[in-house]
Amino acid sequence: MAGIVKEFTKGLWAEIPPFRLVLGLCPTLAVTKTASDGFGMGMAVIFVLALSNLIISAVRKIIPKKVRIACFITIAASLVVTVEMLMQAFTYPLYQSLGIFVPLIVVNCVILGRAEAFAAKNPVHLAVADGLGMGVGFTMSLTFLGAVREIFGAGSLFGHHVMWAGFEPFQFMVEAPGAFVCLGVILGAMNFLTAWQNRRKKAAGQNACLACAACALAPAAEEQQS
Amino acid sequence: MSDPRFHVSVSPHLRDTATIGSIMWTVSAALAPQLVLAAWIFGPRVLLLAAVSVGSCVLCEAAMQRGLGKKVTVRDGSAVLTGLLLAYVLPPGVPLTLPFWGGVFAMCIAKHLFGGLGANFFNPALIARAFLAVGFPVAMTTAWIAPFAWHGAADAVSTATPLYLLKHYGAAAMFQQYGAHAEALRHFFLGIRPGCVGETSTLLLLLGGLVLIWRRIITWHIPAAMLGTAALLAWVFGGETLFTGDPLLHLVTGGMFLGAFFMATDYVTSPSQPRAKLLYGVGAGALTMLIRFKGGYPEGVCYAILLMNCLNPVIENAFRPKRFAAPLPKPEPKPAAKPEAKPAPDASQKDGEGRK
Repeated sequence: MAGIVKEFTKGLWAEIPPFRLVLGLCPTLAVTKTASDGFGMGMAVIFVLALSNLIISAVRKIIPKKVRIACFITIAASLVVTVEMLMQAFTYPLYQSLGIFVPLIVVNCVILGRAEAFAAKNPVHLAVADGLGMGVGFTMSLTFLGAVREIFGAGSLFGHHVMWAGFEPFQFMVEAPGAFVCLGVILGAMNFLTAWQNRRKKAAGQNACLACAACALAPAAEEQQS
Repeated sequence: MSDPRFHVSVSPHLRDTATIGSIMWTVSAALAPQLVLAAWIFGPRVLLLAAVSVGSCVLCEAAMQRGLGKKVTVRDGSAVLTGLLLAYVLPPGVPLTLPFWGGVFAMCIAKHLFGGLGANFFNPALIARAFLAVGFPVAMTTAWIAPFAWHGAADAVSTATPLYLLKHYGAAAMFQQYGAHAEALRHFFLGIRPGCVGETSTLLLLLGGLVLIWRRIITWHIPAAMLGTAALLAWVFGGETLFTGDPLLHLVTGGMFLGAFFMATDYVTSPSQPRAKLLYGVGAGALTMLIRFKGGYPEGVCYAILLMNCLNPVIENAFRPKRFAAPLPKPEPKPAAKPEAKPAPDASQKDGEGRK
């Protein structure tokens, strides 16, 4: 159980796909004009990612090593066709606004990356947890990026007007360069946050050591051992 | 050891009294007459525009340098020059938020996130103009002011630039608006025409550029190559049939002189070797004319120079100067796969800095 929780939660922050693994950037940049587009894309990816991890993990022992990439792609492609048909049936406006990027989920690096790096080596329950966690992290990232771009670029959030009346939309943000700039700023902010956390952790460790004199002996003892 | 003839030191041995500050302030001074002319033609509001742009650039430079833990160097005038150039490439009637956001983008993203002065890929003023053209397309393409419109009762009379008329309505319509051929060219040369704040007067920009060449701040290569190529292409392809175009018309309209003398010659984003400069100028001129004739925009100087900025590292590499020293010893034949050691990038100081 602990393993499942660990594999699920790592996708939410520590290895969040677009911002930490820097995978799946094509939809991250292309379909985040609005928060709802990003959310819909993320939902489709959750579906494909969890099921592809499940199937690949289940058949991982019988896939020949040399043709494994082709097998992964075939499985992912079948699932993407399924999700495409489901979207056509139930959420047609979303399908229209995502356009070509729904079929392109097949070649999304997150799907292939998780299949290759995780599902092909781990049992089914862990692979599903990993797929769900990564999918949720991907959805969160896309929704966040879409929300930022929509708020500044169109003055709305999920289609509802949120900015004040005289707000002049910053059209740059909903154009392609705005996506790149936004993504770069978010990546920079995440790196900054991590560095700051590490510094604080280190400082806290040092302070604790000052309080406890025994710690001062620990590094010397380690050195002697090694 | 006080005798300078016996002074022993490591290279570089050639030294100069020029500093970043002296160069930047000289360039700004060479640009200043055009601002006075613009204030006279388009109204004193352009001074406010320039002030907002310069202030935004200086503030953002100081804030970024402080935030990134670098030395604050706003006194060297490079931020002032960027702000001035940014104001020069904006239409005179734009709202004052545009120069502000342009300055923020130029300094924070285009310059300091790429490493600050000397490490920026693109000319900050031009990339800010491209940014504003994407972000505020309506204001950036319609906020033109007719010359001397501010003398009249109307607040501002919007109009079309000569290149816009040329592109969408043909040469006849343009000359109908701006007078006969010789008169129109004379007005364009003196700068009495609608256009961006700092691009109107070919005469003043030419004088400013000549001052820069005389002060040895820029060399003649890039402006001559760019203007020459543009004139040649305008002559060959500008008319109804081949070889009937009007080269002068294309030189005195749009931002050709501002771009050739003040934008394309930016030290950071242009090559340092003479032959490389010629190639860079030819490329900028050719791309400008390509955009003017075949592109969707009436004017192409900004994007042409930005595209050449992208190519700058490649050009710089292709024209690397020969190492002036004994040939490097041949590597031992034992590790056969190892390629011959490349000469160290000791071409010039700037050359080395750019590649770090």
